[in-house]
Amino acid sequence: MKPSPLRIHRPTTVDETLDLLAARGDTGKILAGGQSLVPVLNMRLAAPSDLIDITSVAGIDDLEVSGADGSEEICVGASVTHRRVERSADVTRANPLLGEALRFVAHPAVRNRGTTVGSIAHADPNGEMPMVLALTGGRIEARSRRGERTLDAEELNIGPLETSLESDELITRAIFPALPAGSRTGFDELARRSGDYALAGVGMILDVDGETVTGLRCGFVSVTDVPDILDLGEAVSGAELGDASTVAATVAEAVRDFIDPGGDIHASADYRRHLAGVIASRLFRRLCRSDGSSGRGDARGASGRGEDSLVGATGDDTESRRA
Amino acid sequence: MTEDIGTEPTSNIRLAVNGTLHELEVPDRKLLSDVLRQDLELTGTHVGCEHGVCGACTVQLDGEPVRSCLMFAVTAQGHEITTVEGIGDDPENPSDVQQAFIDCHGLQCGFCTPGFVTTIDAYIDENPNPTEEEAREAVSGNLCRCTGYQNIVSAVCRAAELRAEGASQ
Repeated sequence: MKPSPLRIHRPTTVDETLDLLAARGDTGKILAGGQSLVPVLNMRLAAPSDLIDITSVAGIDDLEVSGADGSEEICVGASVTHRRVERSADVTRANPLLGEALRFVAHPAVRNRGTTVGSIAHADPNGEMPMVLALTGGRIEARSRRGERTLDAEELNIGPLETSLESDELITRAIFPALPAGSRTGFDELARRSGDYALAGVGMILDVDGETVTGLRCGFVSVTDVPDILDLGEAVSGAELGDASTVAATVAEAVRDFIDPGGDIHASADYRRHLAGVIASRLFRRLCRSDGSSGRGDARGASGRGEDSLVGATGDDTESRRA
Repeated sequence: MTEDIGTEPTSNIRLAVNGTLHELEVPDRKLLSDVLRQDLELTGTHVGCEHGVCGACTVQLDGEPVRSCLMFAVTAQGHEITTVEGIGDDPENPSDVQQAFIDCHGLQCGFCTPGFVTTIDAYIDENPNPTEEEAREAVSGNLCRCTGYQNIVSAVCRAAELRAEGASQ
């Protein structure tokens, strides 16, 4: 299908963009990679009169990891593609969860064009990036002609496909904190086709001191309306890594209680709830099994699609795992 | 700003496709896939789902595969576009990827093939020696409804071999 008639503006500076947004914000949309927006336009689920293409705007295409170890931050400019973030060794080192989750964002052809900030602005509950921003305690910076403000993920996400941004505001960059040394991260999701929107997905950050669990937070894809975070620190702190199987059952149950998925033709609410529990249980055991080398600094070691595919899962979370 | 009812915004654009610069006027809303097919008559780029799932319309933008149905032609300016015709347009002299599809019988009805060719052409530059599993992952964003994946996966590995042979000659 085709989009309805519209005008495309191609500003080259942030100021020009903000002027256009101020004039056209109510009937216009920012266009970055367009990998979520253009399908919506093609299907005529939206029909803005104006699109403001920001891919030629100077000063919003930076990807940098800055700050001293421990307080490092990853700053992702508005026009930075998923692929650039995914390929950055500095990003992977500082915050492996970002790269792990990015590999589940559609396919390379979509990630080559789609932007990380665009995903966050789109605020789709099926999207991985809003969840990662929330789970890692990230924030965004937004500008308008009225000024600049910073919003953390909780302030930004107010509903499915809905943010607290005003129509004249542009997200100029997203900022993901580095994860502390010793934290282990994992992301996994189950989709009907490779790269499709997940039926359920879970991101996890496990904090470990020696052999003892000291913290656990989970974020969700496709099973909550906004990227709510479940902090299981109190429930699992003090547990030994060797007790992973027992504790994993507690984690799965807490996840099932916490989320409130909807049902559709692809999966019922109950099935999605069940899947999220299974994925959380497996992720938790996987992270407990990893030594430090497969946590921060080695994203592929802790997750990666090949190691333990959930495709074809029957919902049996007691199944034995391949070594 | 006033506009006549019934008219829609258009732009004069310059598109670099397969090494040739084209100047044309297109509606702002016109997708790159449609401009390639209708305005430039490069009908090798196929249009399937038009929401980014099937991969039939995949072209290379500055050497990287992208969905041409998820881009407006207006926004493709300033980039180098390569369609399947730019990869190989001579039956007597197919590209390494096209030859691999012939060798492995990687095409059945052929509708999805241009998207596979543009995808694989870029992929084997990035991963010159893919395993079968990696090859399968590499084409997982392209749908073949003849269920021909087995031979397509073989073609990815064969194309990598042919490219390596070509590079060593």
